Parts: sequence; C-alpha cells; structure tokens
Amino acid sequence: MSGMSKIVKTISNIIFPFITIFGLYVIAHGHLTPGGGFQGGAIVASGCAMILVAYGSLWTMDKIKEKQLSILESLGAIGFIGVAFLGLIFGLVFFKNFLVNQDTIPIFNEIGKGLSNINTAGVLPLMNFAVGLKVIVGLFVIVLVMAYATRPNGGEIE
Amino acid sequence: MIYNIPYFAVVALILVGLYAVIFKRNLIKIVIGISLIESGVNLFLITLAYRQDSTAPIYHGSGSRIMSLPVPHALTLTSIVIGVAVTALMLSLIIHLYRHYGTLDARKIAEEEE
Amino acid sequence: MSARNVVAIIFFVIVAMFLVFIALMTHPFGDPGSAEMDQYIIDNTQRETGADNGVTSVVFDYRGFDTLGEATILFTAVAGVILVFRRLQK
Repeated sequence: MSGMSKIVKTISNIIFPFITIFGLYVIAHGHLTPGGGFQGGAIVASGCAMILVAYGSLWTMDKIKEKQLSILESLGAIGFIGVAFLGLIFGLVFFKNFLVNQDTIPIFNEIGKGLSNINTAGVLPLMNFAVGLKVIVGLFVIVLVMAYATRPNGGEIE
Repeated sequence: MIYNIPYFAVVALILVGLYAVIFKRNLIKIVIGISLIESGVNLFLITLAYRQDSTAPIYHGSGSRIMSLPVPHALTLTSIVIGVAVTALMLSLIIHLYRHYGTLDARKIAEEEE
Repeated sequence: MSARNVVAIIFFVIVAMFLVFIALMTHPFGDPGSAEMDQYIIDNTQRETGADNGVTSVVFDYRGFDTLGEATILFTAVAGVILVFRRLQK
C-alpha cells in the first residue's frame, strides 16, 4: 500500500511520541493502577500501526526488516522465562516472588505505599516489561507482514 | 427476572454470531461471526464477577469497600489475547486461499475440492 | 429447502433454547455463589505480593502459569503468520 498525503504524515509525526509515552506509562505502573503488560503493549502497537498506515508498507519495510524485530520478541520471551527460573533457583518454587518480604536485597521490597511508587511489588514490574515488549513487537509484526504481502505488484515477502 | 438483563445481552451476541457462521457464504462474514461469539463469551465471564454495590479490585489507600472478584478478570484477559491470535491466523489463511482459488465463496471452494 | 438448510435451522433453534434456559436459571446478577478463594485473594494480596492491583497479582503471581501459556500462544501466532507468506527457495 502507498502512503498518504503530507498533512497525514505531519500529524502522525507529532502524535506518535505522546502515544508511546502513554503506553509505556500504562506498562510501568501495572501493579498500582489498572493496566499491565498486555494493555500497554496494545496501546503502543496501535501507535506503530498508525505510522504504518501513514507512510505506506513499502517505505516501512525498507526501514525495518522483520528479522530484526523477531530478535526483540525472542528477548521478551527469554526475559519472562528467565525471571521464572530465577524464582526456582532462589526460592525453590517455580514462579516464586523472591524479591518481596525479604531483607537481603532492599530493592522492590516496600509494601502499601500507593500511587507513583514503582519499587513495591517484587518481581511483578520485571514481568510486566518483558510481556509488554513481547506484545508490542508481536502485534506490529503481524500488521506489517499482512500489509506488505498484499501490495499491488508483489507476491510474498523477502 | 428483570435483574438478569446482562445475561440476555450475552445470549443475543452469541446467537447473532452463530447465525453469521451457519447461514452466510462469504468467508470474511464467517470470520466476523466467530469474533462476535468470542466477544459474547468475554462479556459472560465479566458478568459472573460482580457483587452488589462493588468496585474494582484495586486498593487506593483510603478505606475499604466491597470489591468484585478478581479471578474472572484475569481469565478474560487471556481469552481476549487468544481471540486476537486466532483472528490473525484465520485472516492470513483467507488471503492465501483467495490467491489460489480466485473466489471468496465457501460453497464454490468446497465444490472445487471434490 | 434442501436437507442442509433444515438441519441447520433445527440446530440453531436447539442452541437458542438451551442458551435462553441458561440465562433464566443462573444466579441473579450481583450474587455469585461461592467466593472463598477470591475473598482470600482480596484480603491477602497487599501483604503477600506488595501490589495494589488485585488483577495483576492474580495474573502474574497466583496464576502465573496461565500467563506462560498465553505468551506461547502469541509467539505461535506470529510465527504462523510469517510462515504463510514466505516464498519457497528454489
């Protein structure tokens, strides 16, 4: 698909940082306000899809290959499973929350402080970031591959 | 019986989606019907989690009220993500089918297969 | 009125009657039957996990295994979509 006019490209350039910052805010405060990994990831992915619609799939596929994006998605999945295995090593139970209610490592240990206090919930913020990265890259790759494979003069990708 | 209106909304969504899956011939309309059935099931899961005069299960640090049950909300999150994955795979398979057969009619593709 | 249409209409009417019977016979809206597990989670989530959000603590801490399966489903869906549109190397 080809891109749109200059007005659409300019407005997308202006709005895209605000959408990204709001989505990262929803991911980071997932243990204090409604939200979390999946919801914030969907918000950032819809912002990236807006850039794809405004600039066209040919231009976007030239700038970003989907092979580099799939490495990022694997990083998110490895981070999630790595935190679960660390719970097995340090706490003898798979998926154990090993950073809360203990006195040796004082990061992520406070309880009940309320809004705008990120170090409250142990392992939960790390898991939120891993799942959020996986959802962002996964949804954007789905939309990009389906838009590039149905361009007017082409067949498949690569 | 007047207090069960959300359950009737769930039944209406599922019946409309089931009508689209059974009686329509275009492949895209069948996919829309499957998406409607998934929306009805998600609404049913959330309707089961409500208590009278309750609020969302999040602490604010100022008093405590009755809270609704948090486990069906977690199951609904998983169900929404599964719906997105299944819809994406179905649509990409429909694009591949259209390139091979040249038509989007379910009956004609089934007759051509024999 | 072929045979396929008659069978489809009978099936649709049976499923509709079953669903309306379910909508009339469940618990009234706002009165779940038994909620001991959820009451334990609401009372003890701030002390055991340190999170204020009850839904996030259920998704990632009390039931983290379901989230692992869901992440696998997302990964499989992305792999399947890329696989359908790949050109075979000749």
